[in-house]
Amino acid sequence: MTMPLLPPRRKNPLLRTQQINLPPQARSRVALGLTAAAAEGRLELQVCSDCASVQYPPREACHHCLSPRLRWRPQSGEGVLLGATTLHHSNDPFFRERLPWRLGLVRLTAGPALLVHLHGEVGEAPAPVQVGVRLDRAGQAVLIGLPRERSEHMADDRMLREMTSNPKFRKVLVTDGKSAVGQAIVRALVESGADLVWVGHAEPWKKPPGFADLGSLPQVTPVPLDLSNGRSVSELAGEIGGKVDIVVNNADVHRTCGIAARPGTDVARAEMEINYFGLLRLAQAFGPPLKARSADGVTHACAWVNLLSIYALSNYPPHGTYSASKAAALSLSQCLRAELQPAGIRVIHLFPGPIDDEWNQNLPPPKLAAAAIAAAVVEALREGVEDVYPGEVAQEWLERWRDNPKVLERELAAGGH
Amino acid sequence: MTPRRDAYDGVAVAAPVTVPYLRYSTRGAHWFVAQAVRALTQACGLAKEHIDGLTVSSFSLAPDTAVGVTQHLGLTPRWLDHIPTGGAAGVMALRRAARAVQAGDAEVVACVAADTNHVDSFRQMLGSFSSFARDAGYPYGAGGPNSIFAIVTAHYMRAFRAKREDFGRIAVDQRANALKNPNALFKKALSLDEYMAARVIAEPIHLYDCVMPCAGAEAFLVMREARARDLGLPYAIVRGAIERHNAYAEDPILVRGGWRVDRDELYAQAGACPSDIDFVQTYDDYPVVVMMQFEDLGFCDKGAGPEFVRSRTMTHDGTFPNNTSGGQLSSGQAGAAGGFLGMTEAIRQLTGQAGEHAVAGARLGLVAGYGMLTYDRCLCSGAVILGRAS
Repeated sequence: MTMPLLPPRRKNPLLRTQQINLPPQARSRVALGLTAAAAEGRLELQVCSDCASVQYPPREACHHCLSPRLRWRPQSGEGVLLGATTLHHSNDPFFRERLPWRLGLVRLTAGPALLVHLHGEVGEAPAPVQVGVRLDRAGQAVLIGLPRERSEHMADDRMLREMTSNPKFRKVLVTDGKSAVGQAIVRALVESGADLVWVGHAEPWKKPPGFADLGSLPQVTPVPLDLSNGRSVSELAGEIGGKVDIVVNNADVHRTCGIAARPGTDVARAEMEINYFGLLRLAQAFGPPLKARSADGVTHACAWVNLLSIYALSNYPPHGTYSASKAAALSLSQCLRAELQPAGIRVIHLFPGPIDDEWNQNLPPPKLAAAAIAAAVVEALREGVEDVYPGEVAQEWLERWRDNPKVLERELAAGGH
Repeated sequence: MTPRRDAYDGVAVAAPVTVPYLRYSTRGAHWFVAQAVRALTQACGLAKEHIDGLTVSSFSLAPDTAVGVTQHLGLTPRWLDHIPTGGAAGVMALRRAARAVQAGDAEVVACVAADTNHVDSFRQMLGSFSSFARDAGYPYGAGGPNSIFAIVTAHYMRAFRAKREDFGRIAVDQRANALKNPNALFKKALSLDEYMAARVIAEPIHLYDCVMPCAGAEAFLVMREARARDLGLPYAIVRGAIERHNAYAEDPILVRGGWRVDRDELYAQAGACPSDIDFVQTYDDYPVVVMMQFEDLGFCDKGAGPEFVRSRTMTHDGTFPNNTSGGQLSSGQAGAAGGFLGMTEAIRQLTGQAGEHAVAGARLGLVAGYGMLTYDRCLCSGAVILGRAS
């Protein structure tokens, strides 16, 4: 059984903060297929379209029939442990700092033998194993052998915690606590064991329902934060930047209009000011301190969540300028991901469909409840994924977009959604 | 029915040379190749212009391959092969060179394996050793070959009730041999107690189950027997040779090597059986692999390896001489030269050049090769039976 993680002791300010070393991150292009599926939390292996052989390690041709038609397909991950070892020596600095480290060779029921990181709760060979996939600190997919039966504290396993961004005992900044979504995220983080949640509020004179109650939670500290104001962002970063482990940027301006319906650029500018420039300001102020603390003990800085929109993938004309601002935010967030990756900080993109709020009043259901967004944020942190498309609308859009983005564009232009 | 392969009649293997091993060297691989070729010319008395065939095996020669070596050393061979297969390179080089001299494509072939070892070069090699290692091996703990062979050893111990002491016997006897080999890097005796008490590297592998990477070279010459006699060179003859790659791919975990596929043919070609063999030079990257070779080369049944080593002494003067030079476990692993170590040692044994670690009256020796851990097992296996020239 995994021992539950204990609240970390206060950091000794005299000790040097440990710097991050990343695990080996070089991969061949074909092997990145594993990473692409892992980014959404799926274990996929190449399967031959001609003879159905499952391949591993990733290949350019089927090892059985030489067909080039290999497709990445979801796998159950069920297998049996053939043998295991615990490393007490490694050639790589990342693992040296984390020894001992357990590995196993697992035979999948589907065929191939997989070398995997082995969770502490998997028994001795020939134990049953559930192989899963996680993104490691380098952002690359790695296989991990998990016990078939889940146990209460298994997420506290040292190895698993290294590959996820579990909020337990961590300090989190949520950039907007006034929206229903923001309040739900704060509550979900507190429930998942966050040590401290700073909650941004931009305009102190506004008293939205629920916000005062939020402040009564002992873990919650409201902080003034206006993403449209560079000074506000940098002042807060100066105060708490060195303590934040996870940033959840949910600040969002959403108006319903396309191009012709509302003359001028004021509204579009307001959307961009928060959705795009706000992210930029936040990233410039909080990115560097986050990077500096990415190996700082068991509650090191680990993740950055951006609340985007499924409209970032393809413009939804009735919400045309909003879609454009979210597309800009997505592109910028990819840049942020690339810049934080060398420090091992995970950038998580959330692509929800329409949320059940005032700005989507006229859209038919299904619409996402604020609590569903909050649950998706916490799950993404816990499971260590990178891209999340919560809800049925987002899933459907994603499927259509992957199938043919041009067809989706035409459907949306014709008034579909 | 498979057509009978031609025998290796008339082929001589001679001039075993070793460029002394160093734990680390600031020299490049080419330096070690050059010193090996130089030692070969001195051993046979031929100018380098008379070496008209060359095989090169190395991991640290990049960006060069064998062809770059020709210009570097001013050689003009009419037959050339690059054999980057590590532990199997010795057997493979011999097989290729033997066919070349039989066919007349070359007269005197220098087979060279050489590697340098800079501080940190071993680590750098591990991550880029193969595409499978990069994608599916090294990111898992970066333990190098220790990781896989620890898992393989653990599995073998469970499947066949082997104990650490059984592997210890192999390592300890090899160390006894090494103490009589001036080229061996390890100069101190090793007791079974010391073996058992060594620090753990990757359970169940401990320190003395692992080879020490180092710099150095091994080389030998292949030519026709008549040529060797003309030169007055002591030589061994090739009685039989096999190789196999990616054998038993369907086995989910390594329990047997490719020797098993071809061993009957090996012994048939040599006109011998396992009990005729006077000594073996197994490939000893890990003791478990040595034990598998005892089984897969027919000295005992699969799974009987632990009992086999318990009932034999494996020193050069023992009942079953194995790795009489000390092997890589006690001599050091000079990269690809580790795949040549058994070959040069076998030639020395069969030509009266083994000095204090000689196997008395040895007439027939078996050299096995095993190389290229790309993902979960080594892919190349090979073996050759060498005989004393009559």
